[in-house]
Amino acid sequence: MTVTFWLLAAIIVPAALGVLFVRKAVHGALLLAVVMISLAVLYLTLEAPFLFAVQIIVYTGAILMLFLFVVMLVGVDASDSVVETIRGQRWLAWGAGVVMGALLLVAVAQISLGTVRGLEEANAGGNIEGLADLLFSRYVLAFEVTAALLITAAMGAMVLAHRERLTPKPTQASTAARRVRDYAESGKPLGPLPSPGVYARHNAVDTPALLPDGTPAEESVARVLAARGTVRSAPALADDIEELRRTLGDVGSRTDPDAQGGGVAGGSGGAGDTSAGSGHNTENPEEDA
Amino acid sequence: MSDVNAYIGLSAVLFTIGTIGVLTRRNAIVVFMCVELMLNACNLALVAFARQHGTLDGQVAAFFVMVVAAAEVVVGLAIIMTIFRTRRSASVDDASLLKY
Repeated sequence: MTVTFWLLAAIIVPAALGVLFVRKAVHGALLLAVVMISLAVLYLTLEAPFLFAVQIIVYTGAILMLFLFVVMLVGVDASDSVVETIRGQRWLAWGAGVVMGALLLVAVAQISLGTVRGLEEANAGGNIEGLADLLFSRYVLAFEVTAALLITAAMGAMVLAHRERLTPKPTQASTAARRVRDYAESGKPLGPLPSPGVYARHNAVDTPALLPDGTPAEESVARVLAARGTVRSAPALADDIEELRRTLGDVGSRTDPDAQGGGVAGGSGGAGDTSAGSGHNTENPEEDA
Repeated sequence: MSDVNAYIGLSAVLFTIGTIGVLTRRNAIVVFMCVELMLNACNLALVAFARQHGTLDGQVAAFFVMVVAAAEVVVGLAIIMTIFRTRRSASVDDASLLKY
């Protein structure tokens, strides 16, 4: 027992102190998970296998996941404010806490609990069976009240998390009417926005589609990408085609230059044709000749 | 000093850490986690005393504490979410509307 206990105590106390000192709530929640799992193992050494399972399932499985959900919803980097509302409150709290801890430890060190009776006798018929015997005989009233508590908690959470809708929910008909109205007032297009350009060498969302006159369609890329400056412009695409022509060099000179004419999009399509043609050449040399 | 004393000592240390956390931290979620730490410290003491006395009553009490903690966390986190939704802050200092 002693080795397990001191090993786990050496894990639990620093992790609990970590909950106290870390600035981010997520790290606190993860350190608390370490404390909970170590405590579960301690229950095992205290001959409580049922509580070991319940501790892992209820605490680390349910409660800490709930904590993590709320931390993620509230904001991962919502850290503590260091402003004291009541002056000196922090140091007073630390002093009071340390005094209380010292008092508790001194009291625990001074008492003598006598011999440990152990749970071999009580666990003789099985730990879970023994707990069930107690739960459904002496503690049956508390057990029933627990049911009421859980129902109330579930209802309370539902009521608290419920948000009353202030505006009517938009239906499909109202959405369509709004789009037509927007089109009549500001000329906003009725249909969906154009998709980004799909070329032989680029079909990513940062490449704008080209309009029939060769200018890029600004609406085809997301505004976020445009603001970040990661959008590839149509002149850059034209440079790509020039580079492609240079790299393909001799193969490009042998293909028909008319196939690469037209706009920029047509040019890259022609580049695709060039590579296909080169493969064709190696496979069937007699056809080229 | 029996080994149960060591368990009670660890429980006291954990309870103290939880208390200091509740008193000093300002983030409502971290305060809540420290309350959980205190409940766990009590559970550890209950289970250790159950072993000392050779009966399972302490384990039943720890089980009830766990159930109550689960219900408490559900309602408490729902309250924190509601406060955060209306005030955009999870700090316990900001929710002082009931003070005056």
